[in-house]
Amino acid sequence: MARLSRQQYAPGDHPDWEPPASSVGVLGWLRANLFSSWFNSALTFLGLYIIYLVVVPLLDWAILRADWSGDSREACSSGGACWVFVRIRFEQFMYGLYPSSEYWRINLVAGLMVATMAWLTVPRIPYKRYGVVFALFFFPVITAQLIGGGNFGLSEVETTRWGGLTLTLILAAAGIVAAFPLGILLALGRRSQMPIVRAFSVAYIELWRGVPLITVLFMSSVMLPLFLPEGVNFDKLLRALIGITLFQAAYIAEVVRGGLQAIPQGQYEAADALGLSYWKKMGLVILPQALKMVIPGIVNTFNELFKDTTLVLIIGLLDLLAIIQAALEDPKWLGYSIEGYLFAATVFWIFCFGMSRYSLAIERRLHTGHRR
Amino acid sequence: MLKRILAMGSLLAISTLPVTHAGATLDAVKAKGYLQCGVTTGLAGFSAADEKGRWTGLDVDTCRAVAAAVFGDADKVRFTPLTAKERFTALQSGEIDLLSRNTTWTLTRDTNLGLNFTGVNYYDGQGFMVSKDLGVSSARELDGAAICIQAGTTTELNLADYFRTHGMSYTPVTYDKSDETVKGFAAGRCDVLTSDQSQLYALRIKLDDPESAIVLPEVVSKEPLGPVVRNGDEDWFKIVRWSLFAMLNAEELGVSSVNVEQMRETSKDPGIQRLLGLSGIKGQGLELSDDWAYNIVKQVGNYGEMFERNVGMGSPLKISRGLNALWTDGGVQYAPPIR
Repeated sequence: MARLSRQQYAPGDHPDWEPPASSVGVLGWLRANLFSSWFNSALTFLGLYIIYLVVVPLLDWAILRADWSGDSREACSSGGACWVFVRIRFEQFMYGLYPSSEYWRINLVAGLMVATMAWLTVPRIPYKRYGVVFALFFFPVITAQLIGGGNFGLSEVETTRWGGLTLTLILAAAGIVAAFPLGILLALGRRSQMPIVRAFSVAYIELWRGVPLITVLFMSSVMLPLFLPEGVNFDKLLRALIGITLFQAAYIAEVVRGGLQAIPQGQYEAADALGLSYWKKMGLVILPQALKMVIPGIVNTFNELFKDTTLVLIIGLLDLLAIIQAALEDPKWLGYSIEGYLFAATVFWIFCFGMSRYSLAIERRLHTGHRR
Repeated sequence: MLKRILAMGSLLAISTLPVTHAGATLDAVKAKGYLQCGVTTGLAGFSAADEKGRWTGLDVDTCRAVAAAVFGDADKVRFTPLTAKERFTALQSGEIDLLSRNTTWTLTRDTNLGLNFTGVNYYDGQGFMVSKDLGVSSARELDGAAICIQAGTTTELNLADYFRTHGMSYTPVTYDKSDETVKGFAAGRCDVLTSDQSQLYALRIKLDDPESAIVLPEVVSKEPLGPVVRNGDEDWFKIVRWSLFAMLNAEELGVSSVNVEQMRETSKDPGIQRLLGLSGIKGQGLELSDDWAYNIVKQVGNYGEMFERNVGMGSPLKISRGLNALWTDGGVQYAPPIR
């Protein structure tokens, strides 16, 4: 026994014994994490049992016993999920009530959107500056022209027929693109030395943060038209878009202000000492650092906005959720609400999860050692 | 400069004056080239979009009838989906020309909102649905029943009134949403489900076995649903009102979308000839083309066809005509004659 411990090895000669089989690999992991004590083992079994109770019937319902083919409710006789309903209505959930012969216009816009996003986000593609200008100024106009039609030989498609995922994305994208610059300006205004600018920014932010989005939408759809003279009509979608943008800008402003406050005073003073003007100081020194720091907050706000767009269903705009609810009222498909809502949840989850992964990627790319 | 100020002033004056000159809405609709019609965002049988994105339903066909009368083309109509809260604003502000959105005609609404109900395209009312196993055939036998009901609706008050009037007792089982209500009924939490009759038939489809439940014949409240227009444009009001009357008259005279062509050629019946614009007043009073009613019947059908197709036996809802039968068949649908 003493002999063993006194055994000496020359450097590099130590025999590498395998660790005991029960402490490595799957078995080792299970032992360390799930069965380290009798209490943890009990918890593990309880957990497994609960998963068994929930997941097995769910899988059974959603996949094993589900109906996929057919084209009427008669095809759904197995007692499982009726995905026929979602399949038949899939195009409508994506494109809303848009005429099917014009779907290519939405597809084109979607392709353009993906291309623009790639331009802005893939580091290897050059001319980012032009990309930003295109995304902010040209892309919205092209989108409105293509989807709305009425010019260049495209037939007009009134906004009451826009809907589904398309409308959800339009609302979210327009809200994000328009609210972001406005929010930055408001954040700068709130920290400005000029009393009127500051007072205006504070009043704006507090006013819009003080009302729920649902109120803003109601005002835009129910009250605003009464104030306008008869015959003057803003499009309902446009009203909702403006409302969402103004509302969202206030929240972005506060997130950005958080970033501005986190920048050490020395950075401001250094920029001043270099003789930079206000806008150069902000644009070249302060904002790049501040915005980088608040990426999680900004993405969080956008994520919320994306989900909040479903509120437009209370003003009769048929976004993804609303069009699913409308489809549930088709006499031919009454009673398949669970399938419809599950589909909506899945689509929303995919988009929100994608957004948060993307934000993590930007954070990593822009990381310059500022994280503490 | 002075000219410009004057022009602006007169523009202002025009825009602030209430629109009173005859047929303003008709002129505007004709200039636009289509009718803008407010419907629900989705209500089985009344207005719902099908797989192709086309709007169908009783309220939708009411709009299409007006478009057929005005343009001779039932497809020249665009639909604005509206929620219950914004429907009146949309009409008042001129966003839509006609509201056909499952709207109950009441004194308050008729007098306070600056709106006019043009008629009734569906006589609805609160009814009861019971399981067949219960063996009940009349609401009067429901003494002591447990009743599933949606909270916070007038249905609750009507129910209390009805049971008090007949000296019966009941146990309310309230739910927040109609889907929950029907689940409660299916699970046997109550013997009876109460709601507007048109809704009951839609809820019945949501049961696993719709045939296991029946809707009792009694109606305990009045919910006349009809199209609505703005106050102050009598001509437009009359066009909408008579579009519905034309459909009712067509059914009464036995004219349908199938035989209207032949009727116009051969029928000697003076009533049919007047309806189809071959004699009598034709389109004069309404400032429409002479064949306005012919177009309605040809493209949308008569009232019976519209009813059966959307909510009646030709639809999954399978609602019986009941009150909505013509007066000649024991219902209350009655239209003044076209002459």
